[in-house]
Amino acid sequence: MPTSTIPVPASGTQLLDQLWACQNARGYIRDEDVEACAAALGISEIEIEGVISFYHFFHRRPAGRFTIYLNNSIVSEFKGFERVKAAFESATGAVWNGTDPSGLFGLYPTACIGLSDQEPAALINFQPFTNLNSLKVKGIVAQLKNGVPAESLADEIPDHIRYVPDGDKAIFFRPYHPGSAVVKLPAYSPGQVIDLIRQVRLTGRGGAFFPTGLKWESCARQTNPVKYIVCNADEGEPGTFKDRVLMKTAPGLMIEGMIAAGYAVGAQQGIIYLRAEYTWLKPKLDKTIQQFRNLGYLGEDIAGIKGFQFDVRIQLGAGAYVCGEETALLNSLEGKRGEPRTKWFYPTEKGFLDCPTVVNNVETFCAAARALELGAEKILQTGAPDAPGTKVLSVSGDCRLPGIYEVEWGMPLGKLLDLCQADDPHFVQISGPSGICVPAAQRDRLIAPSDLSCGGAVMVFNADRDILRILTNFNDFFKHESCGVCTPCRAGNFILQRKLEKIEKGLAYEDDFKELIAWGNIMKKTSRCGLGRTAPNTLIAALEQFPAYFAAKAGNKGDGLNKNFDLEQAETAYDQFAP
Amino acid sequence: MANTITIKIDGREIPTEPGRNLVTVAAENGIFIPSLCFYPHIEPPLGTCRVCTCRINGHFGPACMEKTREGLEVEVNTPDLTDTRKALVEMIFAEGNHFCPACEKSGDCDLQHMGYEMGMSKLRFPHLFKDRLIDFNPKRMVIEHNRCVKCRRCVEEVLTSDGRRVFSFCNRGNETVVGIDYDAEAVLSEEQAVAAMHLCPTGAILVKGKSLARPFGDRRFDMESSKIAAPGQPEEKEAQPAGELERKTIATISLAGCFGCHMSMLDIDLGFLDLIELVDFNKSPLNDIKEFTKICDVGLIEGGCCSSENVEVLREFRKKCKLLVAVGECSIWGGLPAMRNMIPLEECLEEAYLNSMSSEEGEFTVPYHEDLPKILDKVYACSDIVKIDYFIPGCPPTATHIWKAVRNLLWNEQYSVLYSEFKYD
Repeated sequence: MPTSTIPVPASGTQLLDQLWACQNARGYIRDEDVEACAAALGISEIEIEGVISFYHFFHRRPAGRFTIYLNNSIVSEFKGFERVKAAFESATGAVWNGTDPSGLFGLYPTACIGLSDQEPAALINFQPFTNLNSLKVKGIVAQLKNGVPAESLADEIPDHIRYVPDGDKAIFFRPYHPGSAVVKLPAYSPGQVIDLIRQVRLTGRGGAFFPTGLKWESCARQTNPVKYIVCNADEGEPGTFKDRVLMKTAPGLMIEGMIAAGYAVGAQQGIIYLRAEYTWLKPKLDKTIQQFRNLGYLGEDIAGIKGFQFDVRIQLGAGAYVCGEETALLNSLEGKRGEPRTKWFYPTEKGFLDCPTVVNNVETFCAAARALELGAEKILQTGAPDAPGTKVLSVSGDCRLPGIYEVEWGMPLGKLLDLCQADDPHFVQISGPSGICVPAAQRDRLIAPSDLSCGGAVMVFNADRDILRILTNFNDFFKHESCGVCTPCRAGNFILQRKLEKIEKGLAYEDDFKELIAWGNIMKKTSRCGLGRTAPNTLIAALEQFPAYFAAKAGNKGDGLNKNFDLEQAETAYDQFAP
Repeated sequence: MANTITIKIDGREIPTEPGRNLVTVAAENGIFIPSLCFYPHIEPPLGTCRVCTCRINGHFGPACMEKTREGLEVEVNTPDLTDTRKALVEMIFAEGNHFCPACEKSGDCDLQHMGYEMGMSKLRFPHLFKDRLIDFNPKRMVIEHNRCVKCRRCVEEVLTSDGRRVFSFCNRGNETVVGIDYDAEAVLSEEQAVAAMHLCPTGAILVKGKSLARPFGDRRFDMESSKIAAPGQPEEKEAQPAGELERKTIATISLAGCFGCHMSMLDIDLGFLDLIELVDFNKSPLNDIKEFTKICDVGLIEGGCCSSENVEVLREFRKKCKLLVAVGECSIWGGLPAMRNMIPLEECLEEAYLNSMSSEEGEFTVPYHEDLPKILDKVYACSDIVKIDYFIPGCPPTATHIWKAVRNLLWNEQYSVLYSEFKYD
C-alpha cells in the first residue's frame, strides 16, 4: 500500500499535534508537558503557554474524562441552549466552564460547531450530538456514566441537502466518481489549468471572493521550488456548515481541487487545515487520502504526468475562529498562536514556512475540480452574468427545512426563503455574524456578488426573535474570538458590548445609536484583519435597516440630567450593608 | 541620487528613495504621523496599535506598514483621519486602567504623549475598568498589566542571552495579556531588565529598586511638543482684553476629589485679586457659601461622583449653572478614586472596615446610616450623570489653564493652551 510521500515536518510546526497528544492522553496539558515541549523546541515556556491559551480546546486543568462542548451560537440560543445547558449541569453535576467534583464530566461553551441545521448541538469528546433536549441529555449522560463510549452514542449526522438547481445545473451535488477531475489534468499544461480557473471566474468561496486564478498565478510565478497548497477547512463563521457537507459527501472532490492547484502552481504538498470541531470527519478524510494514494492520484507521477508529485496531510486545529483567516491559519499550521499576519507579504509570496502558498476554501477546491471535470462551457451556462456557477448555502434558524441549498448565483432572497419554508421571516443574516443583516421583506435582493455576496451562511429569524439578543450574541462571539493583537478589534468589541448593555438596560438615547455606528466604522477602518473589519457590520446594518426597532428602545434626552444613569441601581451594592 | 522617487503626502510632493518606511520618511519631512508600536528597526513592523492609520492610495491602512514606492499618495491630516487616530488613542486609554497621576512613567509615557499631541481631554468611549493583575512574581520586574497597551515591543525585543523570549502574548480576545516567563526573566542581567523597562512605551514593565520617576519639567513630554507644527497652525495668542467686561457669577464644588483642583485655582496668586473684581463667587468652598442664591454663568466641578450626595449636588449644579466645566481627571472620568472601579464595592468596604490591619473581629461594621450618603457601586464621571459642557484635563490642571478656559467661556477672550499646560498629571 503506498504511504505518504510527505517528509516528516519540522518539530516546531508540529506543536499543535504535540499539544493534542498531551491533551488527549490525560484530558489536559500538565506543567510537565509544557516544560517538555519548551525544552524540545528550545524556547521559553511562556511561548508554549501563549499557544495553549490561544486555542479554546486546550486546557491547563483537567477538563473531564468526557468533555462536553455545548454550542452557544445564536441559532442554538434560540432553539433551547439554556434548557440544554441546565440539563447538562444537573445530569453531570458539572459547573459551567468546569468539571464535576469527580472529574468525570467537563462542561464548556463553544462557538458554532457547524451543526446549525440541528441545534442545539454539542460535541462530547469531539463526537457530534444534535437536536438536544433535556430528555435526550439525561439519556446520553446516563449511558456515558455506564461506560458507553461517546463514539457509539454520537448521532449520525444527516446532510440535509434540500435543493439543487434543476436541469443538470448542479455543480457540487451531482454524482461524483473519484479521479474524474485528476484524469483530465494530463490534457492541460499548468498554465492552462490557471486559464481554465480564470475562464470560469472562480472566486474564493470562504467569503472573501478573491479571484482564484489570480491567486494561483501569483503563486505559480514564484521561483521558490518548495510550494504549498493549503485547504482551509476551518469553517468557523457561525451558521456555516456547507464545508462539513462537502467534505462528508465527496471528500475526494476537495482533494482533487488541491491536486489541480498543486499541478498548476508547482507545489508538492497539500495540507488540509481541519477545524477541531470536525474531528469526527477526519477518519473519512484519512480514508479518502489513502484511497487516492492507492489509485495513484496522490504520490508520484500522478495521473501519468511524469514528475508531478503531490501528497496531502491533515492538520487539526484547536478551536479558534480567527484561524479561518488565511494568514492566521498559516501561523497555526506552523504551530504558533493563530494571529493574523500583517500584509507585509502575501501568502503566495511567503506563506507556510515562508514558502509560496495557496490557501483556498474547501468549496473553492471543489469548484476547481468540477471546472476541470465538466469544462468551462458547462459552468458558464449556470449562475448570474457577473458570476457563473452555483453557491453552496447553509440555511438555518426559523425555517422548516434547514440545510444545504446549492443555488445558482442570482437567486432572489425571497425564493430562498420560500424554498426553506421560512416561518414568518423578519431578520435574515447573510454570511454569518461578520456579514450583514437584511429585512426579510427585501425579497428581491439577489444572492450574488453584486448584491448579497454570501459566503455560505443564511440564518433566518422570525419576528419574535429579539434583534438586540442577536447582536449581543454576535458581539460576545467577536469579543471572545478576536486574536487580541490590534487595538480596535480587541478593545473595540469590548467597548461595543458596554454600549449594547446600556441599550439592554433601557439607558440609551438616539445619540448612543449614532455613536455605535461611528465607533463601528472606526473599527472597520483601522482593524488589522478581516475579523475586526467585519465585526461591526451586522450592528451597523441592523441600526440602519431596523430604525423603528431601535427608536422604540431610545429614551428621551430630558433636561441635561439623568444621562444614562440609574441612581437606585448604583446604590444597590451599598444597600446590602444596611443593618 | 540615481534611485529617487516622488511620493505625495497631503498633496505635497516629497522626493525619497523607494522601499523606506513611510512613518520615517514623513517625520524627516516634518510631517508627524502618530504611532505607538512602531520601532524603525523591527521588520516587518508590528502593526498592532493602529494609531498611525492614514489613507494610503485611497484605502485606510497603517502608515508603519507602508514602504515608499512610486505613485504612493498618502492623506494624513484630514479631519476624519485625525479623529480616527485620536479615537484609537482614546480606545487604548479606555481599555487599560491608565491612572497617569499615579504612574511612574508619567511624563515619559508614549501613550500619554499621543494623548497630548491629539488634544485628548475626554474619551468618547466608556472606561472599561477591567480588573487586571499586577505581577510581583518575577525576580527583577513588576508587570503592571493595567498599563500594558499590547504593542508587542517587549515580545519581539526582550530576549535572554541565549535567545529565548521573556514575553509572549497569552490568551486572546479582550483577555489578551502579555505573559512573562519567570525563568527567562530570572536570567536577565540588570542592564537587560532596565532596557526592557525603557523599551515599554508605558509603565507596564518596572524593575524593582529602579526608579523611572524624574522631576516635573525634566521629563520627555513636559514642556514641548515633538509634533512639528503644520503650516497654518495658530501661533500662541496673547490675551486680547475685550474692553469693558461684564460682571459674571461662578460656582465651584469639590465632589469625589482631593481639593487639589481648588488649590490650583488659587495658584494664580495675585491674579486672583484682579479676578474677583470681575466675578462673584456664588456657592463655592472658596467663600464657604453653602447654597445657591442665583443662576450662575459657570460651574466648575472638581471630582467625580462616588456617593449619592455627589450625584445630588451635581444635579443641582446642572440646574443652577448655565455652563458646567469638569475640572481635572477625577471630574472627567473618575480619576484616582476610580481605582476602586475594578473591584466590587463589597470587597472594598470589607477591606477598609472589616479586614484591615487595625480592625478587630466583631468590633467594626461598615457604616450605614440614613444620615450618611450612600456609596455608589463605582465612581462615576460627571458626564455619566449630567451633561458637561467643557473638560479641563490635569491632576490638577494648572491655574493658567483653568482661568484661560474660564475667561474664554465668560468673555470669549482668546487664548492658546500651551503644550506645557495641557497635562494628565
